[in-house]
Amino acid sequence: MSETSRVTWEGCSVLLDINDGDRLVFARLSPAAKLKIGNKNCSLQPLIGSPFGTVFQVDGTVLSPAQGNVNSADEIKDGQVNVESRDNRALVDNNTAQSLTGEDIEAMRKQGAKGNEIIEALIANSATFDKKTAFSQEKYRLKKQKKYAPKVLMRRPVARSICEAYFKKYPSKIGFLRVDTLSLLLSMANVSSNSDILVVDMVGGLITGAVAERLGGTGFVCNSYLGKAPYSMDIVRIFNLSDEICKRILRSPISDLLSQKETAEQILQHDDVCNVESQSNDQMCASTSIEEISHLSENGISDPGAKNTEPVTKACKAPKAGEKAQQEVIDLWKKNGFSSLIIAAPELDTWTLVRDLMPLLANSAPFAIYHQYLQPLANCMHNLQLEKMAIGLQISEPWLREYQVLPSRTHPCMQMSAFGGYILSGTKICSSS
Amino acid sequence: MLACDPAKRLSFNQTISNGDLVIVYEKHDSMKAVTASEGSILQNRYGVFKHSDWIGKPFGSKVFSSKGGFVYLLAPTPELWTLVLSHRTQILYIADISFVIMHLEIVPGCLVLESGTGSGSLTTSLARAVAPKGHVYTFDFHEQRAGSARDDFERTGLSSLVSVGVRDIQGEGFPDEFTGTADSVFLDLPQPWLAIPSAAKMLKQDGTFCSFSPCVEQVQRSCEALRTYFTDIRTFEVLLRTYEVREGKMESLHEESNGSNGSLPSKRRQCSDGNYMFSSTISTVMAKPSGEARGHTGYLTFARLKCL
Repeated sequence: MSETSRVTWEGCSVLLDINDGDRLVFARLSPAAKLKIGNKNCSLQPLIGSPFGTVFQVDGTVLSPAQGNVNSADEIKDGQVNVESRDNRALVDNNTAQSLTGEDIEAMRKQGAKGNEIIEALIANSATFDKKTAFSQEKYRLKKQKKYAPKVLMRRPVARSICEAYFKKYPSKIGFLRVDTLSLLLSMANVSSNSDILVVDMVGGLITGAVAERLGGTGFVCNSYLGKAPYSMDIVRIFNLSDEICKRILRSPISDLLSQKETAEQILQHDDVCNVESQSNDQMCASTSIEEISHLSENGISDPGAKNTEPVTKACKAPKAGEKAQQEVIDLWKKNGFSSLIIAAPELDTWTLVRDLMPLLANSAPFAIYHQYLQPLANCMHNLQLEKMAIGLQISEPWLREYQVLPSRTHPCMQMSAFGGYILSGTKICSSS
Repeated sequence: MLACDPAKRLSFNQTISNGDLVIVYEKHDSMKAVTASEGSILQNRYGVFKHSDWIGKPFGSKVFSSKGGFVYLLAPTPELWTLVLSHRTQILYIADISFVIMHLEIVPGCLVLESGTGSGSLTTSLARAVAPKGHVYTFDFHEQRAGSARDDFERTGLSSLVSVGVRDIQGEGFPDEFTGTADSVFLDLPQPWLAIPSAAKMLKQDGTFCSFSPCVEQVQRSCEALRTYFTDIRTFEVLLRTYEVREGKMESLHEESNGSNGSLPSKRRQCSDGNYMFSSTISTVMAKPSGEARGHTGYLTFARLKCL
């Protein structure tokens, strides 16, 4: 059971997309896990063993696979828009169109009416429904469906869906890194199997996870950090990475990567530090999982598994990624050089960081540096040019626009993200000495 | 090109050997793919370069011509290859390529179907994404073009990851042997809607689909065809804006010379009222978007096979 499985299992991480992205929740499946949808607490048990991509519908407190054609935002169609004779000239917004009252609906519910039956009743009792255009009839139906028969789409948590979900609901946690920007970082740094990728990831572990996903259990991703405490890597736990892949995610302080061969004494000291770090690391995990829960209420992104599955067996836990790199591996990296470098470290000075890390890269290795601001990258690029450390230097800013495509109603989406960050990319060259 | 062959893995000790594919970098916008061979020479506006001088040097080296000009020798990557490959068709560039691979959720081990092969620009990146154990089956109806693509994959060392077939996918669909086996299907065809039923048949449950089309009418028809089999149908356009960076030296005026930047030279100038003004030069690193950019490449339509 791992990242390529098409069916969920107990202990599996999933992304639950509720009502076409209105709410996005990361969950870990277990028989005890529950999720609040509307005002109902639903068990996630029925999701275990179902294929990814399944749509579930809420009836009472039970999640069951939706039958037949489910309404979805991208399936609104009328095909006859050009011959549509209806329009909205007679529609008056005076709150009298619906004759069913809240009490009526509550009574229906008590008698065991299903969500779809309530929607049909609402339509039947709407004085204006027949006067609406086919398009707005569909819109009406969809709006009522969201309220009375919410649906839950179970998605695979992969780099794309995780990045999109965070960007939509909690962008500051991933440094406002948009999915197209992430995809460019991975290309520009030539992330491919059997490579050793050096990463400075201060965006919650999104880059580390995305790189590990592309390495597929080969090579290494070295998640490096300045100082003694590693940066949070919580997002890595959301990916369904196999043990094989998790083993390929290692952490190392930048100082260890830069130090010359160590004496026995230094190695001793180093081990002490190592213990301190793993402690602080555990503390951090504990504190961030609390933070995750608080996101649930505020932002709709969460790991309910952390809250609801506390008394769950060990088998359900995500495998541990991010062991500290052993000296032999570090020595190997020093001997061969890293295949490439990715930086997303908004809180570190870009140029000095790049200057220090560049000697760790093999010659002709590509690198990609993300920043939300242009100036640090411009300075870094200028200095790399002056120092003749790299060629093919370029600052790029991706631009992404989504379209609504419908018969006779195709146009760019009304809302778009206006900014996804900047990337400085280039290739390291041999030092002239 | 890829590190899946440990012998070709980039490292401090990796040097250029006879027969290696090298990207010769002249300038940012001028690169060339060259196969290093003992007795050959490269001639360009910077002079004559002997390949024998390159062999044994590390990738990333600066090498000089007989008349003192220089170029850099880089290890090939799919990104560099896209910039140097011979265009037999219109090709996909880095922004679209990266987005396609991310959105199709292609990871090592995936089986990917592609049509048409074209110049193999996307195929090269697909191969990188599925390596070491996955495979890309790419089809083009143009026999000669398929042959040239095959030669290219041989040259870039990707032949174990890519198979090129000659087939009219719009007319015949993908071969039946792939039914229900593909993780992802990518189409870059003039009438993609004709191949969509076959694409749906080839995909595994919850498999991903992408179609690249330059024209909005193509997108319109594709989306209509997709609705029968697919869900999560989304259309995007992705572009890149690049920036120019330079250090600007600018004059700054102030009334007295003291208090100015000590090390910078100050000039004294007499103003119309007879008083003196002092000016010094300040340098700043500045960035601005490049004046020209690709305005449109194509629309990318993604979809996911419906779960039954």
